[in-house]
Amino acid sequence: MTTGMRELVERHPFMAGVSEESLELVVGCARNVAFAPGSLLCAEGESADTFYLLRRGRVSVNVHAPGRGSIVIETVGPGDVVGWSWLVPPFRWTFDARAMDRVGCIAIDGACLRTKSLTDPSLGFELLSKVSVTLLARLQATRMRLLDLYGDQRVE
Amino acid sequence: MSSDRTLPTRPFRDAPHDKRGALTPTLYRVIERIRETSDVTTLLLEPLDEPLMTYRCGQFNMLSSFGVGEIAISLSSAPSEPLLRHSVRDVGAVSHALCQRTVGDLVGVRGPFGSDWLVECDNDNAETDVRDTVVVAGGIGLAPLRGAVEELVRTSERGGGRVFVLVGAREPAQIVFTADHDSWEARGATVLVTVDRATPTWTGRVGLVTSLLADAGFDPEHSRAMLCGPEIMMRFTARALVDLGMNPEGILVSLERNMQCGVGWCGHCQLGPFLLCRDGPVVPYAGLVSHLLTQREL
Repeated sequence: MTTGMRELVERHPFMAGVSEESLELVVGCARNVAFAPGSLLCAEGESADTFYLLRRGRVSVNVHAPGRGSIVIETVGPGDVVGWSWLVPPFRWTFDARAMDRVGCIAIDGACLRTKSLTDPSLGFELLSKVSVTLLARLQATRMRLLDLYGDQRVE
Repeated sequence: MSSDRTLPTRPFRDAPHDKRGALTPTLYRVIERIRETSDVTTLLLEPLDEPLMTYRCGQFNMLSSFGVGEIAISLSSAPSEPLLRHSVRDVGAVSHALCQRTVGDLVGVRGPFGSDWLVECDNDNAETDVRDTVVVAGGIGLAPLRGAVEELVRTSERGGGRVFVLVGAREPAQIVFTADHDSWEARGATVLVTVDRATPTWTGRVGLVTSLLADAGFDPEHSRAMLCGPEIMMRFTARALVDLGMNPEGILVSLERNMQCGVGWCGHCQLGPFLLCRDGPVVPYAGLVSHLLTQREL
């Protein structure tokens, strides 16, 4: 691990408040990666062994529908996280994630983190707490969008 | 109206009313008609005779389509613009009739009514630490904010605070005032747009409007906010802004109820102790209003 990687991980909003000990363990599973515009960070159905802390660029979360092509469900940007399928069985991506422009991110090996969490439950608890915050925010946003707030409302 | 002495009587300053225009429609002619989206039409109006008194950003007029009826429509022009601008969403009989008006047609106008975004009071804020303004609009909610953004951008160009315009829409075809977005950006404002449902050709952001807050680039502790859109959207956006560190006192929301008389007589637009045609539509989010917006029955 390098000081540079430690700083990158520590500065990412997802890691705010994580203990020093856990931070060190996460850094040990992290690497810096870049994606060209249009390339896939992960593909639906494939093994989910990584999650990404976005530093630069935007990523679209897509699903392919027959006859409709690739449908963008959501876009995320710097400070966001892509992927939580690494955390729960069967560890398989449920959506595609595609770089919308040049993307820089920290790729974290999910299998590495799972193994470390088994031996250090406090790491597991911290990570799960962090992921839960993200999950809850996404769930709430999805529920709001399901309401179709801007939809037709006959009022007169 | 409640007699509870703990409730504030009027949330805002009194906005001026045109005594002549309060109860009798003044005739205005449609000078230009802009089809913004499939269901939103903008009418640019000029008076046949003496114009109604000047207005403030955020106020509304009662527009009549003669023989059909009258509805409240917010002013989407800035007072510095020469023509009255009203953007109407076709959601019922009267709004449909207004959307069908063509150049040369006459409409009735009563107003201006209600409270405003206080953008003309920026000099009053000179001693405060509020620097930036965050404008969050959902759907047609950008209409009551358009004039305010124009004024804010103009002030920003003269060295005033930064302006952040965050827009949410159902789908790309429902985004209104896209030409204004470009103009505001060209003059230094930050404009971010997101849609709930992407289309194959959409290359922008997809997600809830609150997803724009985190990376917009404003300093929440030194910013104020103006919100307009569906009430649920405003509630969640206001909470998100407070969570980011914004002072709730600096958050204004525009509320919509069944405005009919425009002068606080008929009571159709009552929200708790407020008559929103008179005390609103623009009200501070902090305190009583944030409480009222979560009440199931009033």
